[in-house]
Amino acid sequence: MRHLLGICDLSREQIERLLDRADSLAQLSERENKKLPTLTGRTIVNLFFENSTRTSSSFDLAAKRLSADTVNVRASGSSVEKGESLRDTVQTLSAYGPAAIVVRSPFVGAPGMVTRWTSAAVINAGDGKHEHPTQALLDAYTLRRRLGELDGKSVWIIGDVMHSRVARSNILALTKLGARVIVCGPPTLIPREIESLGCEVSFTLDGSERADVLYVLRMQNERMRDTFIPSLREYAARYQINGDRLGAKQLLMHPGPVNRGIELSPDVVDAPQSLITEQVASGVIVRMAVFYELLAGRGEPGSARKRATAVAPTREGARG
Amino acid sequence: MNEKPKLRLAEPVAPTPPVGTSAAEGLSFRGGRPADLLIRGAHVLDPRADVDAVLDVLVRSGEIAEIAASIQPPDGAEIVEASGKHLFPGFVDPHVHLRTPGFEYKEDIESGTRAAAAGGFCLIVAMANTNPPVDNSGVLQSLRMRAAVEAHVPVGFSANVTKGMAGAELTEMADLAEAGAVCFTDDGLPIADAGIMRQALQYQRLAGRVIALHQEDPALTKGGVMHEGAVSAALGLAGVPPVSESTMIARDALLAHYEDARIHVQHLSSSQSVEAVAAAKQRGVKISAEASPHHLSLTDAAVGDGTNANFKMNPPLRTEPDRQALIEGLRDGTIDCIATDHAPHAAHEKEVPFEQAAMGVTGLETSFSIVYSDLVVPGVLPLALVIERMTAGAAPLDLPTPLVAVGEPANLALVDLEARWTVGEEGYESRSANCCFAGREVGGRVQLTVASGVLVYRARSFAIQEVGA
Repeated sequence: MRHLLGICDLSREQIERLLDRADSLAQLSERENKKLPTLTGRTIVNLFFENSTRTSSSFDLAAKRLSADTVNVRASGSSVEKGESLRDTVQTLSAYGPAAIVVRSPFVGAPGMVTRWTSAAVINAGDGKHEHPTQALLDAYTLRRRLGELDGKSVWIIGDVMHSRVARSNILALTKLGARVIVCGPPTLIPREIESLGCEVSFTLDGSERADVLYVLRMQNERMRDTFIPSLREYAARYQINGDRLGAKQLLMHPGPVNRGIELSPDVVDAPQSLITEQVASGVIVRMAVFYELLAGRGEPGSARKRATAVAPTREGARG
Repeated sequence: MNEKPKLRLAEPVAPTPPVGTSAAEGLSFRGGRPADLLIRGAHVLDPRADVDAVLDVLVRSGEIAEIAASIQPPDGAEIVEASGKHLFPGFVDPHVHLRTPGFEYKEDIESGTRAAAAGGFCLIVAMANTNPPVDNSGVLQSLRMRAAVEAHVPVGFSANVTKGMAGAELTEMADLAEAGAVCFTDDGLPIADAGIMRQALQYQRLAGRVIALHQEDPALTKGGVMHEGAVSAALGLAGVPPVSESTMIARDALLAHYEDARIHVQHLSSSQSVEAVAAAKQRGVKISAEASPHHLSLTDAAVGDGTNANFKMNPPLRTEPDRQALIEGLRDGTIDCIATDHAPHAAHEKEVPFEQAAMGVTGLETSFSIVYSDLVVPGVLPLALVIERMTAGAAPLDLPTPLVAVGEPANLALVDLEARWTVGEEGYESRSANCCFAGREVGGRVQLTVASGVLVYRARSFAIQEVGA
């Protein structure tokens, strides 16, 4: 793996390898000193063209736990946000010789374009409505810890699927791991031919009581302005997951931040079925695993690989 | 094997007599020395002239003087040894963006017509979505003056239907027709308001000239950047549904029928659109239509991972069933002609994320080679039919159709069908490089173009021997 641009590029084996790596890193992260020397002396640039709190802090912390130096570039609102200068920005930052550039962009395909202008590994931290692969990996990681293998498990992804990169990456990741994925939402927010990604479609919550997991997406106010839904009230009445709609044995997930009272009722957010805070905690570990897989043992001369594998072997040990 | 493929020509649309000048009088060309050429031993193919044989063609003072099995070289004529090559009527492109005035960094009249000549075109029509747009006769006259100095092939200029292409008020269409507009169009933008559309069609009774339509309901395309389907769903890109095009074609066909007016539908992209045009023709609507080489050759699968904006155009590439419907429409004459919609853009407008990139691709230099490679070579369409459709873009605009016949002005394209070349490898004549076929190896290369009696292009590697005194 040279870059992580999307779950669409990954095989089941590659996804499982990343999750296994995260498992082994999780054990180490329970130590008091959480820092590993794996990426000492290497630089990771976090290039964020969109506002983000949890994703950017999670990437930053993951890089620091592996002893990399990080540079956080926030370009939202500045001239850099305009696509014309994406190339110039990347070439400028590449002059620092980064091992990896993490890219968050409001535009589909931007991380893929960045690979043409830098020799660094490129990690997609969300590109438009396309993909958010590390979110899907951390979700799969969180679920796998709870449920074991996902083969045959049924996951409902509920809400604004059309505008959600989290939905797209999760449909791909979960189906590749053997789960059955049903997307559910108002017909105006389910893209035509989304079934081609391997999921099923439902316009009502009927049948969701048989799901193993309810994965609820954030509903944004602006969707109402664009007339995708007549009102948040009607949306909540039809699609909100509340105490009545969440079974005792079902798991609840949400990529955050939650609109309490819209897609989720306040009581379910903190219910025992909720994995929402676990998802956030998994974020750092999974992003460490991504850095590790992409960077440890390649790019820099020799020693990094030996040191890295010695410190953090994979679960099976021999795979490094 | 002896049986010649039956070729159904597109139904001719009866021309409306315009006020004042004829459309053909609006053509502008820098001209040049009338050619004296003897093209020897080429396979001459012009289905309209019913020629399909190995023949010599003599051009004297820019006119086709003789077509015969063997012609003695007269004094002063250049001899083109063309054995093994094909001689076609020069191609016609009713849909080209020359970007002048206002966007000369993308293309200008000189570079765009040079690209046309290299593609075998002897006549092109320039679109009017410039800055300022061609919505008054002053702009039109200055363009024509410029083209009279710069244009390597004859150019007809279109003029806008509405002032500033704002879709709200009609331009001075009669004045523009008199000043030489060959057709009216707001191409690049649709005429969204049905009332304005109806008035334009009514006004055609005075101004003449066909109205060429970019069909797109902006309420349905809203923010869309590619075909709405499996690929857009996977990429998370906003989709352009085919109904945004077909509903407008249906609307305007009904309006044109009601007003007994003529319309030309630009760049069909979907099967629904082909059906809408076919239904209108069936009802007797005066309607003609075009399709572009990229829509005939590619589908939305070409958009791939969405990182190459050279696959972004409007209308977008659609699905394989749509592509097949366009090919069938071309075959049965529902689609009258092939038009490139040559739309040059600078690198900085294309080397950006897909959603931000400018829409459109260049096509003049690859039009024949793509259609030949993807439709003729695999046996999908006969060569004669493709040649007919590559030259049929003149008639819907009342412009003269090139003909390989004695007494006609020489409008010729000499093509080596055996030649293989890689698109873009040697650069482009066009100022812009946003070609969706870049890097593809194709067959068939234009060797020589004669436009309105003047030799306007010869491939660099192609030698012409001069004999006589």
